[in-house]
Amino acid sequence: MAAEQKQNSIQTRNLNLWYGEFQALKSVSVDVKNGLITALIGPSGCGKTTLLRCFNRINERFPYVRTQGEIVILGKNIYDPDVSLIELRKSVGMVFQRPNPIPISVYENVLFGLRIHHRLGHFKKAYLEEIVEKSLTEVGLWKDLRDRLKVKATTLQLEQQQKLCIARLLPLKPEIILMDEPCSALDVEGTRSIEDLMYKLRGRYTIVIVTHNMAQARRVSDECIFMLLGEKIEHSRTEDLFLKPQNPKTGEYIEGRYG
Amino acid sequence: MNDMSESDRLPTLPKRSVVSMAGEKLLEFIIRLSGISAIVFVLAIFFFIFREAAPIFFSENFNLVKFLFNAEWYPTSVTNVRYGTLALTVGSISVTLLAMSIAVPFGLGSAVYISEFCSPRLKEALKIIIELLAAIPSVVWGFIGLTVMSRTIISLTGAPVGVNLLNGGLILALMSVPIIVSIAEDALKAVPDSYREAALALGATNWQVVYRVLLPSAKNGLLAAVLLGIGRSVGETMAVLMATGHAVQIPHGLLDSVRTLTANIAAELGEASASSDHYHVLFLTGVLLFILTFAVNLTADFVIRGIRRK
Repeated sequence: MAAEQKQNSIQTRNLNLWYGEFQALKSVSVDVKNGLITALIGPSGCGKTTLLRCFNRINERFPYVRTQGEIVILGKNIYDPDVSLIELRKSVGMVFQRPNPIPISVYENVLFGLRIHHRLGHFKKAYLEEIVEKSLTEVGLWKDLRDRLKVKATTLQLEQQQKLCIARLLPLKPEIILMDEPCSALDVEGTRSIEDLMYKLRGRYTIVIVTHNMAQARRVSDECIFMLLGEKIEHSRTEDLFLKPQNPKTGEYIEGRYG
Repeated sequence: MNDMSESDRLPTLPKRSVVSMAGEKLLEFIIRLSGISAIVFVLAIFFFIFREAAPIFFSENFNLVKFLFNAEWYPTSVTNVRYGTLALTVGSISVTLLAMSIAVPFGLGSAVYISEFCSPRLKEALKIIIELLAAIPSVVWGFIGLTVMSRTIISLTGAPVGVNLLNGGLILALMSVPIIVSIAEDALKAVPDSYREAALALGATNWQVVYRVLLPSAKNGLLAAVLLGIGRSVGETMAVLMATGHAVQIPHGLLDSVRTLTANIAAELGEASASSDHYHVLFLTGVLLFILTFAVNLTADFVIRGIRRK
């Protein structure tokens, strides 16, 4: 039991979710393994983004969302009343479909997380600069941006913006990084470099990525979860899912019969 | 043979009629005209006010320095006519400052509440009520100042008169809040939702989202809201005429009565005989008012540009 807990970063049990009257997730139970890259795939409207947005409870900002069931992240059911949303979101970072840096400087974007969780003047300037350098180096932006840290982040190229959105998660030392179609706004080069970056981060962080692009899921992920109409259809290692799908619906989707 | 009949049947793109093309040109012209008309109107208004004011510069009773920096306003004195508007200018500015110091925090605060914190149903209700507040005629505000507010001020502070700077400032604040709220709310609504999600996903609280993300992102719109509030306050006439006590003096405290530039024009223009010195000097007061609001707008414009360049 303890070993299983350690192995899985995210465990959902009978997760149901409604947008008003519409049920978007139907009794979903998945186990996301620690340190791996797990891809959520499926046609539009299958609930993959909804599921992803449950993992940091960002869904709940809309009052018409109702959730039922259990999600255990790092050994704790995140729907328990004594869960701190702030701590949860510090451990579970999120990258969005459209790069969404905040319209302040690159430097401040990287430090945004630290700034909101600590009092002003809590850190020495040298320490903060070190963190910015480390985070930007990690995502491969330091060389390009070291002289442009004061530039407004929204003026960067989309690819740089998306990398910055990943970099700003790192100072909070998250365990899990959720990515919601992180490459859909990027060109081929941008997509490749984000995928390379994911591969670099693999192992240190548990990464869950939602993607429309099946080739991308195949390239980057260790495991795949196939969803359809709000239900989990199949979850297995990526090669197995693509080469030997167990469920005929999975097979048909992979062959492109629908979707 | 077959090829021939095929090419005969090739469809041709229908041409536009002359009427339709001319109509479009005409429409374009009309639209351009209405765009330019704003400039024409502003210039025309300035021109006519200035034309009515100009003769005063040739009057022996008039001195521009005294007009601007003397607080004595005795336009109808038989022996010693004095046209000093300093007290009026100070009156206008002090009432506006007081009104803004109340209206800006309340206005921006309620805009933040409406746009970020309240439930959708309450939001609709609040917006309707605030619009209703904006629709109250200024003379009705004046009534409230003259009666309810005046009595309250007297009973709370023991001031001899209830119509004074405080009264005018409060009334003006109430009048500017709806404008500030609706413009500021628009500015906040225009901030992309993805910024909010970015901050929330990093563990920010709602309040942190407001002051770390929304206020910096929407600062131009918020500044515009404040400026429109100032414009409203400086230009308001009827309500301040009724609520400020209409005494020409430089106020020394909140409970002193004052008179504003606008109220002065409204009250005296009817009595001044046409093309008398008094009449012309009132128009010059209008020019002064015009320059004042223009200066406010211009500064704001520069401030916004400055922010943008950063």
